[in-house]
Amino acid sequence: MDLILDLQNVVKTYDKKIAVNNVSFGVPRASIFGLLGPNGAGKTSLIRIITTITRADGGKVFLDGQALNSLHPEQIGYMPEERGLYKKMKVGEHLTYLGRLKGLSRSDTKKALTYWMEKFEVSDWWGKKIEELSKGMQQKIQFIATVLHNPKLIILDEPFTGLDPINTNLLKDEIAELSDKGVSIIFSTHRMEQVEEICDNIVLIDQGQNILNGQVKAIRNSFKKNRFQIDFAEEWKGTLPPGFEVVDQKPASLVVGLSEGGNSNALLQYLLGQGAHISAFNEILPSLNEIFIQAVNKNHGLVS
Amino acid sequence: MDKLFLIIKREYLSRVTRPSFIIATLVTPLVFVLFFVIVGFIFSYESDDTKKIAVLDESGILKGALKDEKGIFFKFEQKPLDTLRKNFKASGYDAVLVLPKIDNLFSKDYMVYYYSKGQPTLDVEVHIKDRVRDALRDYKIDALKLERKQLEALNTSVDVEPEPIEKGGQDATRLTGAIGAGIGFIMGFIMYMAVFIYGTMVMRSVMEEKTNRIVEVMVSSVKPFQLMMGKIIGVGGVGLTQVLIWAIMIPLLMTIAQVAMGFDAEQQMKMSQGASSVNPEDTQAMVMAAMAEIGNVNWALILPLFIIYFLGGYFLYSSLFAAVGSAIGDDMGEAQTLTIPIVIPVVLAIYIMIKAVETPTSSLSVFSSIFPLFSPIVMPAILASKPPAWQIITSVIVLIGTSIFFVWLSGRIYRVGILLYGKKGTFREFAKWIFYKE
Repeated sequence: MDLILDLQNVVKTYDKKIAVNNVSFGVPRASIFGLLGPNGAGKTSLIRIITTITRADGGKVFLDGQALNSLHPEQIGYMPEERGLYKKMKVGEHLTYLGRLKGLSRSDTKKALTYWMEKFEVSDWWGKKIEELSKGMQQKIQFIATVLHNPKLIILDEPFTGLDPINTNLLKDEIAELSDKGVSIIFSTHRMEQVEEICDNIVLIDQGQNILNGQVKAIRNSFKKNRFQIDFAEEWKGTLPPGFEVVDQKPASLVVGLSEGGNSNALLQYLLGQGAHISAFNEILPSLNEIFIQAVNKNHGLVS
Repeated sequence: MDKLFLIIKREYLSRVTRPSFIIATLVTPLVFVLFFVIVGFIFSYESDDTKKIAVLDESGILKGALKDEKGIFFKFEQKPLDTLRKNFKASGYDAVLVLPKIDNLFSKDYMVYYYSKGQPTLDVEVHIKDRVRDALRDYKIDALKLERKQLEALNTSVDVEPEPIEKGGQDATRLTGAIGAGIGFIMGFIMYMAVFIYGTMVMRSVMEEKTNRIVEVMVSSVKPFQLMMGKIIGVGGVGLTQVLIWAIMIPLLMTIAQVAMGFDAEQQMKMSQGASSVNPEDTQAMVMAAMAEIGNVNWALILPLFIIYFLGGYFLYSSLFAAVGSAIGDDMGEAQTLTIPIVIPVVLAIYIMIKAVETPTSSLSVFSSIFPLFSPIVMPAILASKPPAWQIITSVIVLIGTSIFFVWLSGRIYRVGILLYGKKGTFREFAKWIFYKE
């Protein structure tokens, strides 16, 4: 697979605490990749290694096929969860400064700024001081600063906190657009419904380890319990043949669990044969939220 | 490298363009000069009420003459004291001064009596004392039949004139030491300011960046060390700018103030020395000699050395301030606790400097001029007294080495500290951070 980022057996320890314990995963090019994990799992440590803020004690990290080096920060855009700006600086000055620090020339910075500020409809904020902006407005500036230098890889840590629904959607669209253009995006959050909506692939980190990694669809499939939800047009009072277990029953709906090797077609055929009037027949896939909790509890030795 | 330059530029420009900086830079010399003008005015202020004093000279030493001065008028009376006291209210006098007869020419004490409602004011008292003492001296010289010239020959003023031991060696004058001490004090004071004002500025700015969380964004573009160095150099530039502006503005404003107030330096000097017997030409000669001496100081050596010590001291201390700033968030109280160990050597150095100016060759001075925590303040202060070359060279090498080491050390602490939240910065933690791998 074509990987933009490849981590191999990465280890990082502070003092005696192991923050990252032998983590390996790859981020496919042009994908939106979810980096998930409970608080203190080691996500920030991993991000700091990828952004070259700190160096791994062991293992290898490749960005676009090259071992991570000091030129790479210019190809990465990072929006940290704890983010701030110089309050006394003017928006234009500030963005120019950050762009220049990412290695852009003065004229390139100007060009990129014109493009992005128009896109986010903030061109007239150029001369405003950061401290005059609301939190949501500052967030937009943060995002522009992250993408300004046209990075190959963008890392967004909880990018939607503090944004209203309209701006959340604006940012989501922007992320999708960047992804379509071939930019790879690592997205770190606790909001699982956003991950389900946005991400193609995920890795779940817990206690410094990779405990789950893969495509969102495949993971949800692997966690499914062969359960189906059947909705009836009218009340249904029947029984099911052996091999089908009723998990939950309401007057006009049924949750059925299939035994190992059970066939959903057989269930549907049986019900139709009974003359049931079916309005919906769905396989129940576990939500990422459930999978997250289940996987983390399992890793902690707890039974879900 | 160009990123470091970008950081320096921002740190510098964002400060010097701030209105508060411009005001502080321009207003401070004004306040400074105003302060001196006011102090000068207060000191030159004389009593504006007039006093009439009746003098009853039973001793006859004044020979009927006591000079009026500064609103004090004397009038000799022949009437007896009792009459004067009785008619005091109607007479218009403020006081009666009685000089009793002199019984013993060899007595070293002489009491005069001042009759008035209250105490004599200090200026009146000083005036009477001086005049009576002088008159009494003349009277005693005559009465004892002493030779005036012989007496004057007894007052000898002694000066030590330094001369070089080798023939043709550089000849110093007796002003060299004084000028050297003066330059030393000024240099020491500038260093002290640089360390405190600008070191603290670096610390606050680091704390602010950490509290603001901008630092997380910054270190994804530049190395923490670059960020720290950029800040230290930028703020150092701000400091140099400010000191330079003050160095030009203060003497300029002083001169303007003197011209505007209408008193020139010579008159002021005369005034400050009272009516003593300093000849204006002597004063002028002194000033000329001092100027010549300032010119004689080996500036070609002292100025570059001063810059080396300034930079060395500034880097050494401000990097420590940066390290402390990185370890704490917005807790100024904690900052104060952690800065105490930095402040103590600076304060000690100031005391040693004061002592070292007096005794530049004592072992304390020599040690302190080499010990890198003291040398930036102590060495510039004794440079004018020409310490031996080995001492200067050792001191410079040790200072540069230590500055580099401290900047490195602080960089190690800084890079961990700025990214760490909620953990208290203690010296034990600092030691651990130094050894963290990158």
